[in-house]
Amino acid sequence: MEYGERSEQAHDIGYRTYFYVWIALMVLLALTIYIAVSGFTGYRVPINLFIASLKAALVLFFFMHLRQEGNFIKWMLFLTVMALMAIIMLTYTDTWYR
Amino acid sequence: MEQHSDYTGAKYGMWFFLFTEILFFGGMFLFYSVFRERFPDGFHAAAREENLLLGSINTAVLLTSSLFIALSISAIKKGSSRLSYTLQAATVALGIVFLIIKYFEWSEKIGRGIYPSSPLLLKLGKGEILFFNLYYVMTGIHALHVFIGIVVISVMVFFTVRGSIHMRSFTKLENTGLYWHLVDIIWIYLFPLFYLVT
Repeated sequence: MEYGERSEQAHDIGYRTYFYVWIALMVLLALTIYIAVSGFTGYRVPINLFIASLKAALVLFFFMHLRQEGNFIKWMLFLTVMALMAIIMLTYTDTWYR
Repeated sequence: MEQHSDYTGAKYGMWFFLFTEILFFGGMFLFYSVFRERFPDGFHAAAREENLLLGSINTAVLLTSSLFIALSISAIKKGSSRLSYTLQAATVALGIVFLIIKYFEWSEKIGRGIYPSSPLLLKLGKGEILFFNLYYVMTGIHALHVFIGIVVISVMVFFTVRGSIHMRSFTKLENTGLYWHLVDIIWIYLFPLFYLVT
């Protein structure tokens, strides 16, 4: 399917879906600000990074149509993120045991 | 002469470019992460100087602009060219709003003597110096990306009005949208790291 010309037209997303995604993004934005300023947990930074990742996933899967993309793009993206993780981990093996 | 177009190839090319962008910003995020771990107090204190309100407004502005560009692509696919270029123009407008807010944020900080190698900053600890230098580099390079996005989307508005982007030919617009969304995603991560870490 992913190699077909204009294959994404077959399952185009309606305006309404985009609007719901935007509302979800705004709710997550409000939530992340609330968590940061209310100070009810000591794990604010990891929680807020997790929320950021949820927002990024919403943008990727809906706005960028990753959901409708073929496996090739999905695997390449996964590989990119894993490469970045590997670089980060390798750097930390240096800075942690210095 | 028949025009050759490779829809899948164009899209893969754009995604590959975006992957290089992820690694490019990833390097800076790594830099931030390593030094934040080494100077947690300095980063913590420096982040208090950030304007949470302006940062939050800018996040909302960028997220909304992403909605507009996504809707504009949906509109062109449905054949409503006019709605599409109106939404593209709205995206450009929000991009400009983002940069104007950024300008006020930066000038307010510079006015208080917080800028790279300023006498005030050099008196503070290493953590504060690193935090603000990273702040200027990362938000600066991000703002450059926003600026490039504004220019490219403006060209797309021109193409759509002229009619060379239409219902059966919208790859340019779609790839521009992908770029704009990635710039949005990068800001999604910059926001908690600079404004929400106090």
